[in-house]
Amino acid sequence: MNTLRLLRRNFDHGVHPAHHKKQTEDLAIQRVPFVSDYVMPLGQHIGVPSQPVVEVGERVNRGQLIAKPGGFVSTALHSPVTGTISEIGDVRGADGVFAPAIQIAADPYATQQLESSAGVDWQSLSLEDFIGAVQMAGIVGMGGAAFPSHVKFSVPDGVKIRHLLINGSECEPYLTNDHRLMVERPEDLLLGAEIVRQKLGAEETIIGVEMNKPDAIEILRRHIQPDQPVRIVPLKVKYPQGAEKMIIKAVFDKEVPAGQLPRDVEVNVNNVGTIVAIADYFLRGLPSIERIVTVSGPGADYPANLIVPLGTPVREVLRFCGGLKDETREVILGGPMMGRPTASLDVPVLKGTSGILAFTEVETARPKEYPCIRCARCLEACPYFLNPSRFARLSRARMYDEMEQYSVMDCVECGCCTFACPSNIPIVQLIRTGKDALRASKENPE
Amino acid sequence: MKQKDPDLLLLHAPLLHQGMTTPSAMRDVLYALMPVTVAALWFFGLGALLVLGACIAGAVLTEWFFSISEKRGESLLDASAILTGLLLGLTLPPGLPIWMAFLGGVVAIGLGKVIWGGLGHNLFNPALLGRAFLLATFPIPMTTWTSLRGSESFFHVSASNLALPFMQTKVDIVSSASPLGLMKFEQEVTPLTNLMFGNTLGSLGETSGVLLLLGGIYLWIRRDLDWRIPVSILLTVVMFSGGLTLVDAVRFPSPLFSIFSGGLLLGAIYMATDPVTSPLTPRGTWIFGIGVGVLVVLIRVFGGLPEGVMYAILLMNAATPLIDRYTQPRIFGR
Repeated sequence: MNTLRLLRRNFDHGVHPAHHKKQTEDLAIQRVPFVSDYVMPLGQHIGVPSQPVVEVGERVNRGQLIAKPGGFVSTALHSPVTGTISEIGDVRGADGVFAPAIQIAADPYATQQLESSAGVDWQSLSLEDFIGAVQMAGIVGMGGAAFPSHVKFSVPDGVKIRHLLINGSECEPYLTNDHRLMVERPEDLLLGAEIVRQKLGAEETIIGVEMNKPDAIEILRRHIQPDQPVRIVPLKVKYPQGAEKMIIKAVFDKEVPAGQLPRDVEVNVNNVGTIVAIADYFLRGLPSIERIVTVSGPGADYPANLIVPLGTPVREVLRFCGGLKDETREVILGGPMMGRPTASLDVPVLKGTSGILAFTEVETARPKEYPCIRCARCLEACPYFLNPSRFARLSRARMYDEMEQYSVMDCVECGCCTFACPSNIPIVQLIRTGKDALRASKENPE
Repeated sequence: MKQKDPDLLLLHAPLLHQGMTTPSAMRDVLYALMPVTVAALWFFGLGALLVLGACIAGAVLTEWFFSISEKRGESLLDASAILTGLLLGLTLPPGLPIWMAFLGGVVAIGLGKVIWGGLGHNLFNPALLGRAFLLATFPIPMTTWTSLRGSESFFHVSASNLALPFMQTKVDIVSSASPLGLMKFEQEVTPLTNLMFGNTLGSLGETSGVLLLLGGIYLWIRRDLDWRIPVSILLTVVMFSGGLTLVDAVRFPSPLFSIFSGGLLLGAIYMATDPVTSPLTPRGTWIFGIGVGVLVVLIRVFGGLPEGVMYAILLMNAATPLIDRYTQPRIFGR
């Protein structure tokens, strides 16, 4: 009976990439030392950029507010170090685009003590104040999307959240930062979960963990308080298990209707890292100024799981790990399935940077592309039951409006289609081109 | 840390790949057909080798010619032309003049694939299109079934194989009707064990049902084959012909005979499953398979020809775009 229930816990389609997690899954999280210069882009979350509240030359303490939210779908920024604001202006990001950022020169003699290490009395906060506190703590989704968490917690009147679902699936290969958090900080994860559950008024907390992390499942189960309504749900190892709508389907066997949000099926989903960040803020006053980053990949000499202050240049993080191998040809920020390549090592670690992965010629060799033979492997891979081969064909023909008719906007760009394609067609890349063109034509209709 | 950064590439994720490629899928089908091919050589001798070789040569040379003149690049490397040639050869009678076999290979690739835009763009299965051309153009040699090699030397080649182009073929071969012809015109049933292990007359590749099935299982294990297509075709044939047998067991063949005779297994496992010319969607493949099964039985039982697998598949090939259009899967959350 138990096995039957486990078998049912699934979403349809998806792919099975090799995990590549052995290199780092048993390495304890280490803290990266402070460096001399930090860059905090104002738009490192989804939504409106933050607005600076400091001026050049101003001294700031570690954890001090340096930019306030620029709107509702926006969040606060805090200084990751004690130091001096050295510049406020445009800085080139990982995508090559210049965007406004606050630069901070760290004080070489500072103790780097937090400005305030007092927690917040969360129990007496109203839901509204709780949401405001999350926004002012700068907390965003730490799984990679960096969507402001307070927006997720703000549900319209009449919508009830019954389940708090904590996403510990970490389905991206190579990444082990969530895994290590679950193993090393189970109490904080469960406390953070309890704060969010009580504030949202949810009936229970469910922590979904892929079965390739048995130690995390074990440790979390051991730390559950008897009076805490928490269930640990082991999930099948399959990509993209961590996609919000997929994990909801796997755990509750419910499909979130297209164009709607998890709250429409009474669920709130948060990543493990986000929940720990919430615990850090409410229990010890630590705003979002650092995160766990996995450094790995075939081009990394010493893979590691690291606590990195936000704004630390990728170069400095890699230097701490012994640098890159000579064969390195590409550095990906995030996971190998959905991460973004960076053109420069001088870009900073952001709130959404879950991994720094170095790849060599082996992974970056452009394989010869063959014609589509309609083998339907991309259809069998797509967790949204779309027809990726058709999108690729339409995108090459620049027939973007037709792509929209076939619901291309439902695509979450998980990359399963490209992974599965035997003809090496860059399907998801072509889909991105089409979606970008559609968005551009919406913004500037001729 | 080194002073100079590596020149960083900006390839977009995903950087991981499952490893299987289109040419390796084509090669898998070639491997799956090896036992059947060896059996064809064993049963029919050197003549079989000449016919198969001529088909492959015709197909590969045509592919090569157009890949140069059309600047398509190295389309030979994807191994699809060799596969088309071999599949065509396996559907031909062993005694066919080799110049006809060569011409069939040329037409299969030229009219079956290249004019559509190359691999992935053709509507009809190229090998079957080549065979349809040969059957329409050379009806007599295409329906003359040479007897098995028996005790004859492997190196004995029938004179009909070596006929010169457009010359009258000297009929020196002992020929008789195939099991399907015997059934249709004389109501004579060939023993099932002969059908299963290849001890019958027929096209080069359709004599041994067991070897065809083995190759199909290999492809299924390698995930190169959509199991729904052969399963739906064979189930449809079993149920349809089973129903007919209940009506009249003398006039209509039994289901097992239907499955193991003629080109049904070859067609169902290796031709109908050609991904290019079969539907993309799971529901579509079921409809496609049922359509092929129904047409096979209809043509075999009520048509003027003893065999109907080729036309059944070609007709369903033509219906594939329409089937795809009306069987689009439901999108997640809609």
